[in-house]
Amino acid sequence: MSVRRLAKDQPDSFDFSKDTLKKAQWWIAKYPDNRKQSAVIPLLWLVQKQEGWVSEPSLRVIAEMLGMPVIRVLEVATFYTMFQLSPVGRVAFVQLCGTTPCMLRGANDLNSVLKKKIGEPHHLSKDGNFSWEEVECLGACCNAPMAAINDYYYEDLTPQLLTQILDDFAAGKSPKPGSHIGRKSSEPKDAVHTLTDPKLYDGSAAKKIVIPNLPPKETNPKKAPAA
Amino acid sequence: MVGILEDKDRIFTNLYGLHDWGLEGAKTRGCWNGVKDMLDAGSGWIIENLKASGMRGRGGAGFPTGLKWSFMPKEVKDGRPHYLVVNADESEPGTCKDREIMRHDPHLLIEGCMIASRSMLAHACYIYIRGEYVQERERLEAAIKQAYEAKLIGKNNVNGWDFDCHVHHGGGAYICGEETALLESLEGKKGQPRLKPPFPAGAGLYGMPTTVNNVESIAAAGTILRRGAGWFAGFGRPNNLGTKLFCVSGHVNLPCNVEEAMSIPFRKLIEDHCGGVRGGWGNLKAVIPGGASVPMIPASACEDLPMDFDALRELKSGLGTAAVIVMDKDTDLVRAIARLSYFYKHESCGQCTPCREGTGWMWRVMERMATGEAEMKEIDTLLDVTTQVEGHTICALGDAAAWPIQGLFRHFRGEVEDRITSYRAGKPHVAGHTLVAAE
Amino acid sequence: MPIAKVNGVEVEFELGMTVLQVAELAGEEIPRFCYHERLSIAGNCRMCLVEVKPGPPKPQASCALPAAEGQEIFTSTPMVKKAREGVMEFLLINHPLDCPICDQGGECDLQDQSLGYGRDDTRYEENKRAVEEKYMGPLIKTAMTRCIQCTRCVRFITEIAGNSEIGLISRGEDVEITTYLNAAVTSELSANVIDLCPVGALTSRPYAFEARPWELKKTESIDVMDGLGSAIRVDSRGLAVLRVLPRVNDDVNEEWISDKTRYAVDGLQRQRLDKPMARDAAGRLRPVSWGEALDIAAAKIKGAGSKIGVIAGDLQDAESMKAAKDLFGPLGASLDCRQDGSGLGDGPRESWLFNPTINGLDQADAVLIVGSNPRLESPVLNARIRRQWMAGKLTVGVIGQGGDLTYDYEHLGDDAAAVSGLAKSKSEFAKAFKLAQRPLLLIGQGALLDAGSLAALSGLVKAFNLVRDGWNGWAVLHTAASRVGGLDMGFVPAAGGKTAADLVKKGGASVLVLLGADELDLSKSDAFKIYVGTHGDAGAHAADLILPGAAYTEKDGLYVNTEGRVQMGQRAVFPKGVAKEDWAILRALSERLGSALPYDSLDQIRAKLFADHPTFGQIDYAPGSKPSSVDLTKLGDAKVASKGGYANMVTSFHLTNPIARASVTMAECSALASGTKMAAE
Ligand SMILES: Cc1cc2nc3c(=O)[nH]c(=O)nc-3n(C[C@H](O)[C@H](O)[C@H](O)COP(=O)(O)O)c2cc1C
Ligand code: SF4
Ligand code: FES
Repeated sequence: MSVRRLAKDQPDSFDFSKDTLKKAQWWIAKYPDNRKQSAVIPLLWLVQKQEGWVSEPSLRVIAEMLGMPVIRVLEVATFYTMFQLSPVGRVAFVQLCGTTPCMLRGANDLNSVLKKKIGEPHHLSKDGNFSWEEVECLGACCNAPMAAINDYYYEDLTPQLLTQILDDFAAGKSPKPGSHIGRKSSEPKDAVHTLTDPKLYDGSAAKKIVIPNLPPKETNPKKAPAA
Repeated sequence: MVGILEDKDRIFTNLYGLHDWGLEGAKTRGCWNGVKDMLDAGSGWIIENLKASGMRGRGGAGFPTGLKWSFMPKEVKDGRPHYLVVNADESEPGTCKDREIMRHDPHLLIEGCMIASRSMLAHACYIYIRGEYVQERERLEAAIKQAYEAKLIGKNNVNGWDFDCHVHHGGGAYICGEETALLESLEGKKGQPRLKPPFPAGAGLYGMPTTVNNVESIAAAGTILRRGAGWFAGFGRPNNLGTKLFCVSGHVNLPCNVEEAMSIPFRKLIEDHCGGVRGGWGNLKAVIPGGASVPMIPASACEDLPMDFDALRELKSGLGTAAVIVMDKDTDLVRAIARLSYFYKHESCGQCTPCREGTGWMWRVMERMATGEAEMKEIDTLLDVTTQVEGHTICALGDAAAWPIQGLFRHFRGEVEDRITSYRAGKPHVAGHTLVAAE
Repeated sequence: MPIAKVNGVEVEFELGMTVLQVAELAGEEIPRFCYHERLSIAGNCRMCLVEVKPGPPKPQASCALPAAEGQEIFTSTPMVKKAREGVMEFLLINHPLDCPICDQGGECDLQDQSLGYGRDDTRYEENKRAVEEKYMGPLIKTAMTRCIQCTRCVRFITEIAGNSEIGLISRGEDVEITTYLNAAVTSELSANVIDLCPVGALTSRPYAFEARPWELKKTESIDVMDGLGSAIRVDSRGLAVLRVLPRVNDDVNEEWISDKTRYAVDGLQRQRLDKPMARDAAGRLRPVSWGEALDIAAAKIKGAGSKIGVIAGDLQDAESMKAAKDLFGPLGASLDCRQDGSGLGDGPRESWLFNPTINGLDQADAVLIVGSNPRLESPVLNARIRRQWMAGKLTVGVIGQGGDLTYDYEHLGDDAAAVSGLAKSKSEFAKAFKLAQRPLLLIGQGALLDAGSLAALSGLVKAFNLVRDGWNGWAVLHTAASRVGGLDMGFVPAAGGKTAADLVKKGGASVLVLLGADELDLSKSDAFKIYVGTHGDAGAHAADLILPGAAYTEKDGLYVNTEGRVQMGQRAVFPKGVAKEDWAILRALSERLGSALPYDSLDQIRAKLFADHPTFGQIDYAPGSKPSSVDLTKLGDAKVASKGGYANMVTSFHLTNPIARASVTMAECSALASGTKMAAE
């Protein structure tokens, strides 16, 4: 990570779209009335969804909306590296996991693919459609190596697979997220030997049961006691 | 049969997402069954049974879950609501288990949230999910919606305990996994850990009594109570009881998540579930057994190693999150650890001096160790620096940054020394022009 | 009281103390950077690590750890020594070590503590980190590479000043202290962060590269920029005052001062009156000798009979007012020390004091602010109100103009009617005020301009039981340092005399003596004006005769602050040119008038002052809420119509007196504050 700065070129203003605004209010409603500030991360995220990145005017709009000093919003926006402070690829923004579990399974080769196809990290491709960066563990290590492209995870990658995915994006397709070697999720590929017992799924577990160790009925009042 | 645990004893029966994640599917698999009875049995009963089950926190520190719940005030003081906060930040490298719970069995988590909240007299819970888990968040939101619609949760629900469950959108920072940093982040601030005391049970979210638990700890609660503490305690060695999700990554043939009995021997875990070490057991070099923060152990220690808290602590390592990172003989261990050092430098919150300054220093030296450019005497300096970070910081990230390096040198110092020596051997001993002796 | 052991020695301590405080009780010095008594605990520098038993086998941050009964604290074990060396080393690896060109040099915590607790070498071989420069306004100079991220500045500005303008952005080793997009800090207390900064990251911009601390003469004195009387230290070299710093006075300013207190002092070098001057036939002011000047003055005064007016300005010391009173009183002159037209002065002393005392603000549970903006009139006092409010212990109501006071309040109107109506008001605040144990009525000068308003305020005393056992909630906030002293000695018109406002009218007086009075509109006055003062400001411009006096840093003088506390200012440097101390000028004049004042030295005038007005003898004593039979319920005159909406008396914080108006620094701040100048990048 290098020093995080707001982009040099900034729009004059920021406005929530109707849709984003509705979502923002939905987030704000989750927190107690005097704790609106809790919604700052979701709101920054919504801004990023709407604009592709987080601009300076949006920080002021959020500060206003949540009744918090704008410096506090700036702190949050610069602390969390998930927030993009300058524009990213319009078609695909690739966040390649480079942390050790992914590295052990070939993340460095993917890194070369991205460099070749898009260019230097943190830079927009010439057409503005692509950009990429290396990020820290995205929590999908059993499907390493992997990358998040736009919002979703692309897993079990190889240089060939990643190349194909990028080409698909460039061709206007929407490649499917998830494992690209045919896994459903993080099961052992083609060798699932657990969770095969049909009894687990036949509904027998849903039958009325008696919870073990319950206190005797008489000391088990109908309404839950206070403690 | 593979492994130790039988299918009938698994908690996470939709771990791989092969079945319906929704409410119907979850109910078929037993979720939400008997929850009302558990809640009716009261706070004390829930806590006692959790204690008896021997459940230890699955977030890394292994703190007994029932005991933790018992720290919450026994009554709600005026205007001071209690909160349950679920730690779904999942950013410890190697760890990717909570993700599977949230997207494939979200109702187990919601059920657990309700039970845990009941035990600590909380009527609201926030699940702090790391920002990058977009799909997982969407899934979890959908499941919560189902639970509200089915009146399983919410006001005047069928289970008889008013309960709101909210998903909170996290910031995607490793440090927000630390429970007090998580609370700061949830309050809309930078994720910088708080000083303790006060502990969250006294003053946590919004200054109110709060308990923070890992997704897996919470999601297991329903099944534990449903099947009885004794059932859960029937697995593993004493003090290391129950079943556990293992995330095996790195150089195995079939990296995967799997639920197994605690204390399962390492080799059995790898060979039964993960297709063995790449290139065969003999090709194993070292293992990071509990997520990036714990020191590595060499292959020689792995043969009969029970995968649990105590056995790994004896090896000066730890079970952590049970994220097992396997490294075979082709691995450049120095590079692997240098990359982790970069991770900690990147993820340090920057609040306290030893971590802010120390992680960068350690990483830079580790980079030079990886190329061999460093000098021999720097090894001891580096190790000394790790001890200046370890134990001197506000939160455990400082320790986590120090331990992988210590683990490397504990077992593979020779490898680094060789690299330094050979780097030098290939270079002229003086840089730049040298005078050529006159004829 | 619980007992702990520090290095084997038992110490008793109060519950709630931290390990650091207990160790200090035992006489052990604990190094620290981030910890500061008056700020919240951050615990981030890790310099204060000690060993504590029982506890985990690792060093503990003593600043954040509550001390406990039976605890054993060790401050000099090998573990502690290593911990300190380690933290010190970490702090220094990315510190530029540019002490020779750093203004903090010689008074730098990092420098001092590295000497005491650091290693003797460095093992760091990587490149050092540099941090981009930041701009924080005309007062705070930054060198952010030196920052050690202790966050004291962030905590001060956020918690105490109440303007969340500074933050720590980014994370990890890239964290940076900054304002939002390099905006200037606007808080009136902003420069306190310079004192708080333990290194040279935030230093004084106006004082940059002026001097090394060891070259300075340090004089302990009292501030006159507002009515609070903050304790200050005046640092001078030769004839010049180079800077003003706060001193600790827990009863008054704790350890803060306002930016004006600190930075108006460059005004002491500019536009100074350093020789007597008289207007010649052509109406131009020309220099004259002291002898000539005093002769002219004496002649004019003698010819004026009793049509003499004497007006004391806001910065006047008590001694000079006393001399003026003793000299002109017997001549039948009208005296007034209330340039702003305040109506206080003829009730009991309590009627013009801040009776609850400044410290008493820490007990108040409801404050009604009338006709005042305490943030501009007394920023340091305002910070106390804010603190009490932050602690959740205070409800605030405002009658008057309001504005951003750094805390929330209920606005209840802006005139005397709102004051009178409060007793019947259904507002939340009125309820809280009624129920309060310690209700405080903060009265600004803006609400004292007519007898009707005073009567309305007086009515609240009974309605809300403001004066009760052990508590007197009648709190007048003065803006002029001279005011309480003036009122205490009766520097107001005697029966039938004229007020300042009347004196400056056409025909109001034949001779007008202006003792540093610069806040008046003199354009209508046709009197012969004698200006005794320091600066070429309003008074001097209108004057016919100028007798150059001494500024507050150039004389010993007594000032009585808003709570009635008498404090001694000390001379740091000599008066400019041939200027003299004001009382001495009047003493000399008295001789020319043939009625020599009965004192030849400062000691003698003070003795006379104490004898005539005993309260002046009670140095550093604030009377506070004595059980008193004083009746504050019948002040003012309800029959006089009130003048309408209360205006705040201070609108431009930075320009309230002649010294501040001469200050380039204050001019710059004022331009920034009024938005006529944007922050430089
Ligand atoms: C730097 C750091 C990162 C952590 N990250 C996580 C995490 O991602 N998920 C988690 O559950 N716990 C994490 N923890 C542990 C939590 O602080 C806490 O112990 C845990 O959530 C408690 O839950 P449990 O008792 O159920 O294990 C982390 C701790 C530290 C010091
Ligand atoms: S140890 Fe690191 S992450 Fe934890 S508080 Fe200190 S700086 Fe922040
Ligand atoms: S290391 Fe890549 S997802 Fe964890």
